[in-house]
Amino acid sequence: MNVPVEFYVVLSTLLFFIGVYGFIVRKNLIGILMSVELILNAVNINFVVFNRFLFPEKLEGYMYGLFVIIVAAAETAVAISIIINVYRRMKNIDVDSIKELKN
Amino acid sequence: MEFFTANNIIFFLLAAVILIFGFLSVTTTKILRAATYLFFVLFAIAGLYLFLSYEFIAAVQLSVYAGGIVVLLVFAILLVKNLGEETENVSCTKKIVSAIAAVCGVVACLVTLFGYGFQANENADELAANVNMEAIGQTLMGVDKYQYLLPFEAASVLLLACIIGSVVIAQKEKKEDKK
Repeated sequence: MNVPVEFYVVLSTLLFFIGVYGFIVRKNLIGILMSVELILNAVNINFVVFNRFLFPEKLEGYMYGLFVIIVAAAETAVAISIIINVYRRMKNIDVDSIKELKN
Repeated sequence: MEFFTANNIIFFLLAAVILIFGFLSVTTTKILRAATYLFFVLFAIAGLYLFLSYEFIAAVQLSVYAGGIVVLLVFAILLVKNLGEETENVSCTKKIVSAIAAVCGVVACLVTLFGYGFQANENADELAANVNMEAIGQTLMGVDKYQYLLPFEAASVLLLACIIGSVVIAQKEKKEDKK
């Protein structure tokens, strides 16, 4: 007997909002990036589970999940290089203290 | 119907690992510990994909997320922060407000989702067992309907652009100083 689809959906909803909570609370740029990774993974679970249980004839959700992982890797690499550059200029990666673009 | 079947027990173990370590990852004050907890979360999600009998995406999750992104994050943490340093002191009101926002979001999503009524496919298990490496390769490398050659090539261009962009952004700026 399979686990019902609703259980997976509840799991990914909870993980998504854990990520949202971290995204709001964290001040550190790397912490925010990690929360974004949690959110992306929660969404990815949804894609794969819907493909597996609702439409298993085609691999649409599966491929979408695969491409989400690829884009997430690219996004993380660029974000980390931006963070390192910010740290080199300002010696700080807290979002509250980065104000150079203001005014 | 019995509740404690082997499938349910494995699922709840994986879900507990994902949720507990996910919560620890956003609440801990030490950023390196948060990266370690994130690693556990990603590992358990790969286990969830294996549990769904999708081996290829589990392998991709392990090699790209657990192997690549977490290592990248740890490198970045060690480059920009002193080890074991406390990250931040967030005010209690901000924590409470964001927790309330998150709980409201969970409730809204769950009400919508449980009202939807998912119709699981009867033959899902047999059809999912057919997803072998050959089927995935055909799907990635074809140009027909439900085949994904164009996104595959776009992803390769995206990765190239992102490599060049990261190198350009992160390199030292000696040249600009000479100008």
